[in-house]
Amino acid sequence: MEIRRELLAHSSVLSDTPASEADDTARRADFRSRQLLARDMLRGDLEGEALERYVEQSVMTTTLDKAVAWARGNSFFPLTFGLACCAIEMMSIVGMRVDIARFGFEAFRASPRQADLLILSGRVSIKMAPVVRRIYDQMLEPKYAISMGACCTSMGVFNNYALVPSDKFMPIDVHVPGCPPRPESLAHGILRLRDKVQGNSPDGWRERYDAIGTEEILSPTGRDPRDVETDLDTAAIQVFKHGDTAGA
Amino acid sequence: MPDATGLELIAQEIRDAHPDSIIGTDFHRGRAELRINPTSNRDVLTFLSDRGYSFLASLHGVDYYPEEPRLGVLYEMLDMKAVDRISVKARVLVEHPHVPSVVDLWPGADFPERECYDMFGVVFDGHPDLRRILMPEDYEGHPQRRDFPVGGEPVLFTFNEEQSYGKFQ
Repeated sequence: MEIRRELLAHSSVLSDTPASEADDTARRADFRSRQLLARDMLRGDLEGEALERYVEQSVMTTTLDKAVAWARGNSFFPLTFGLACCAIEMMSIVGMRVDIARFGFEAFRASPRQADLLILSGRVSIKMAPVVRRIYDQMLEPKYAISMGACCTSMGVFNNYALVPSDKFMPIDVHVPGCPPRPESLAHGILRLRDKVQGNSPDGWRERYDAIGTEEILSPTGRDPRDVETDLDTAAIQVFKHGDTAGA
Repeated sequence: MPDATGLELIAQEIRDAHPDSIIGTDFHRGRAELRINPTSNRDVLTFLSDRGYSFLASLHGVDYYPEEPRLGVLYEMLDMKAVDRISVKARVLVEHPHVPSVVDLWPGADFPERECYDMFGVVFDGHPDLRRILMPEDYEGHPQRRDFPVGGEPVLFTFNEEQSYGKFQ
């Protein structure tokens, strides 16, 4: 053990000596010493304080919930399901440029029974909505849904008789804005979903913006941000001046 | 396209064969159009088909609100040998939107007639299976009519989220 500690100090990442041949040798020796420790443990030769120290170094404790959430968040199985042009962008996230396989989400499943992530990629017509809902219901818990693009979040440019926003008929975890969103945006959306699932969501924006519901206008005065009628001037600071159409 | 004179000649031929079938002709921007009595559309189309305009290139509906009669059914006929086109327009009243079907003459008119029924509510008498084709079967109304409300679903913003569904109620 004494040898090992010495070696650790020697090969510490904090030491400011550049990587050298000596460092390399030290790392190899460290690896060897750990090998020998593991062998001793398996033989039952480690006892007392040495055994306790060995266990301390090798075992990490956590809660079951956290471990399960960690596993879930790192292995989404999206459903092979495309609705419109957004689906083309969705397909490319498994390609080499955005390569969602880095995070473990690349296995698109062909059956809703095997999938736990539904990416609504495109516009949902009122004739399609029951089908989408049925697919969502067929998926096994735990299941998540991403609303991709403007159409399926708020009907986008199609404010007419044919379409319905996805929040009207199923729960959505993450909305990805864009028309269509770039593959990077969708990848970002999936990563935000991962953070949500793993329980360390950095969604501080509601507190930051004093937001209550669906927000698009901010109020730095601390007044109710939904009070657009009386708060138009302060709200306009955040977006653009009321009536100013430049750049629209 | 037949020119304006050619259109008149065709119209007169049809008038001779089927009196009361042609209401008028229209030649606008190089487009020849026969305005016909909707009840005689099969006679006119058969006549044109025998004249060479045998391909039904398109069948679609129009709403001419507020003109009367409001609804229109347009047949675009194509002569594929001469590469020549002629339009046939039948206008019907909203109160009585009935046009004889041409599915037995052109089987390809099946889906266009269903779409025209779905979107404008024109009833094609004699159609073998006149159901909605695009909208859900339990949908009410004919959404392409111009008196149909434009926005089906209100878009939610901050100011109207109180009238929303779900978590705000």
